[in-house]
Amino acid sequence: MADSRQPVGRIRLERISKSYSRRKALDDVTLEIVGATVHGLVGANGAGKSTLGKIIAGAIRPDAGELYLDERQIRPADPHDARRHGIALIAQELALVPHLTVMENVFLGIEPRRWGLLARRRIERRYAELVQRWGFQLQRDAPVGGLRLADQQKVEILRAVASGASVIVMDEPTSSLTSVEVETLRRMIEQLRGMGTTIVYVSHSLEEVLQVADAISVLRDGRLVHTRAAAEETEASLVHAMFGAAVDAGQVEKPAQAGGPDVLEVRDLDLGALLKGVSLSIKAGEIVGLAGLVGSGRSELARAIFGVERMDRGTILVDGVERRIKSPRDAIDAGIAFVPESRKDDGLFMQLSVAANATIAGLGSIVSGLGTVKSSAERASASKLIGDLSIATPSPAAKVATLSGGNQQKVLFAKWLFREPRVLLLDEPTRGVDVNSRAAIHRLIRHQAASGVAILLISSELEEVLALAHRVLVIRHGAITHEFAADPPLAEVMEAAFGVAGAEHSPP
Amino acid sequence: MTEGADPPVSVEESAPADSGISVPWHRRRIRAEHVRDYGILVVFASLFVALSVGSSGFLTTNNLLNILYENAPLGILACGVTLVIVAGNFDLSLGAMFALTEVCATEAAIHWGAGFGLVVPLLAGAVLGLINGLLVTKLRINAFLATLATSLAFGGAATAISGGLLLQVTSSTFLALGRDSIGQVQYSVIVFVVLAVLLQFVLGRTVFGRYCYGVGGNREAARQSGLRVDRIAIATFMIAGVTAGIAGLIDASTTGSGSSTAGANYALTAIAAVALGGTSIFGGAGSVWRTVVGVLLLALITNGFDLLGVEAFYQDIVKGALIVLAVSVGSLVERR
Ligand SMILES: Nc1ncnc2c1ncn2[C@@H]1O[C@H](COP(=O)(O)OP(=O)(O)OP(=O)(O)O)[C@@H](O)[C@H]1O
Ligand SMILES: [Mg+2]
Repeated sequence: MADSRQPVGRIRLERISKSYSRRKALDDVTLEIVGATVHGLVGANGAGKSTLGKIIAGAIRPDAGELYLDERQIRPADPHDARRHGIALIAQELALVPHLTVMENVFLGIEPRRWGLLARRRIERRYAELVQRWGFQLQRDAPVGGLRLADQQKVEILRAVASGASVIVMDEPTSSLTSVEVETLRRMIEQLRGMGTTIVYVSHSLEEVLQVADAISVLRDGRLVHTRAAAEETEASLVHAMFGAAVDAGQVEKPAQAGGPDVLEVRDLDLGALLKGVSLSIKAGEIVGLAGLVGSGRSELARAIFGVERMDRGTILVDGVERRIKSPRDAIDAGIAFVPESRKDDGLFMQLSVAANATIAGLGSIVSGLGTVKSSAERASASKLIGDLSIATPSPAAKVATLSGGNQQKVLFAKWLFREPRVLLLDEPTRGVDVNSRAAIHRLIRHQAASGVAILLISSELEEVLALAHRVLVIRHGAITHEFAADPPLAEVMEAAFGVAGAEHSPP
Repeated sequence: MTEGADPPVSVEESAPADSGISVPWHRRRIRAEHVRDYGILVVFASLFVALSVGSSGFLTTNNLLNILYENAPLGILACGVTLVIVAGNFDLSLGAMFALTEVCATEAAIHWGAGFGLVVPLLAGAVLGLINGLLVTKLRINAFLATLATSLAFGGAATAISGGLLLQVTSSTFLALGRDSIGQVQYSVIVFVVLAVLLQFVLGRTVFGRYCYGVGGNREAARQSGLRVDRIAIATFMIAGVTAGIAGLIDASTTGSGSSTAGANYALTAIAAVALGGTSIFGGAGSVWRTVVGVLLLALITNGFDLLGVEAFYQDIVKGALIVLAVSVGSLVERR
């Protein structure tokens, strides 16, 4: 553990470069990260933030340049090697072992041992200490694979602290946490810093970065724009640095109030113990926001409507016609589309091209008589979607795995726009997307609504819900408890959804 | 575009030299990717050239056609199972299906006539593939175990039907497929080539093929994209079954006999050829042409070593080493 009088965990990057084919992910970056501080890292999607984080944590090697830890040059060969130097990474794409339990994942590779055997009792004790100290409540013995994304993210965070690392790189650690949990993490980070831990903090929420960071570095197209004290920056100055002149992240204007017929109607939907008699309806052109804690049943509601989970009871009508939905396929046939929360697990085909991903749900419309995919039509549709969503990819044929996280998210979105659905269920549609693209996705959502699509919007960020939704429903413990008409005060929704006005303590 | 046909290979040249400080990581990586994607072609071409130079008997129409002829059944099997593997499954029952369909073919030809002898093994193959597919999808048995079990069952059935005897067929119509040729090219070679082209087309160009990559690459995402994941998996098993039937038929027709012990090593050799070609054993990436290269590479080694008079066990060592090399290049590149 670090001695707080003499901060260790200073990181220096000296002329680091990294290219993929002809693309420079990082271009001659020199950067100093002061020990025992929180160093924010911001930039547009594909700017090179994750690449930088991975280089520090040994997950990839730079093509050129040097990495110093406390003035000693290090060349971590892999993440395990980096851990020996006291560097831990919370990766953007979470990497846990699905079949192992929460506790096993937290201590994976750093298990307390006794004569080479796992010291089970000691592990349990240390786990209890950790949870008590940092305050994340998780089911200790549940397999991680079945956890929600937010809980997996918490496991990753615990894992990093458990290793007693002196440097922790957090790549979008809050992308699926609710504001209450974000607050917990913020306090955790402050405590860690107090103990002398250096934290590299990547996020698209500039507000969050400004709040938590001591210094902030801005990356653009793989180059370091500048590093400044957080106190000298504002959201506007950061946006300007991130995008140069092309700033396009204006306020989302409120979509016009919708007044069409009901497109989606859900009656008395039950799903195990997770949802109890949920009813709701969405009109043509209406955006309905769904606010609630992680675990309140908000994702489950969307998953049940889309047939991912089989509901026990309930009726779903689309355009007034009752639809029996037993699988996603039935839902798709009924005109429903669903952007899931976890793009890696439920949405994308990492080994396939951007074009293949964007069109896979709607290949029926570009099939020739022989059953072949019409490649010209595929290319044309893919190019159009790439343009509409400003997806940064070298070509439609690039593998999705090679795109940055935010651009992958846009591909996920593209998949459903291609089908022109009647109902769009969005679970965290802007997860990991930069402010500029976020505005673009918001515009798209409004555009979809304007063309008569009924939209259910789930987001951990109440601000996002309030900015877009005509109506806000609050879900708690699997039941809809409140309904707000347009533009309710943030505090009221917060109170209703989280049961706390100031978001202080963990909810039940 | 149908780059999905093959795991979309990034077309990339060596990187331009960057900021002066040269650390060779980068160039090594690019090369490694190339080695993984096209290395097998280079190995194949080199071996081909080496054998052409080293042995006068190699580069003759006769010898080359003979290689194809001898490997047609294996090649057909391997092309079929490629679809199963790309869709994220496995089929260890190929050898048993091969034997069982071969026995069915000869029994049908003997008792019902040559025409039935040609059709029955294909139908039988489809049914056997359907059984595999249903076990894997509806009963959710791991494909490895399911096909290991059916492999035993199918093998047993083959012995039961044949009574453990070698069944002889004399009908010249039935024997034509395995023995006759157009010009110098045997029918079975033509069947192999046509099937390889057809399956490459199916996997690389059709919607069904695209779905195979989808299901193999991410089953849950495929389901949530509205793909009928079970049907797709079943279809791939049936395709493997039918190709096993065709291979069994060709073997029966070539040898004029059916035996329940035929094709004992075929399942593993076919899968080895698939892996050698560079198709991912975990599904979601690969192609039929790669499998053809894998099959031919194994064949060249056998043929070349025979021509050069090297003992058979050395061949197996070389083949084993090559498979290890091919697969490890792939996983080493993935890791970086
Ligand atoms: N394995 C890879 N192969 C090819 N290109 C890659 C690979 N990984 C990253 N890239 C490219 O490198 C660039 C930087 O990617 P990186 O993931 O660091 O961006 P980022 O700043 O983290 O973006 P985001 O905010 O979207 O997560 C992008 O253009 C991306 O497409
Ligand atoms: Mg990133």
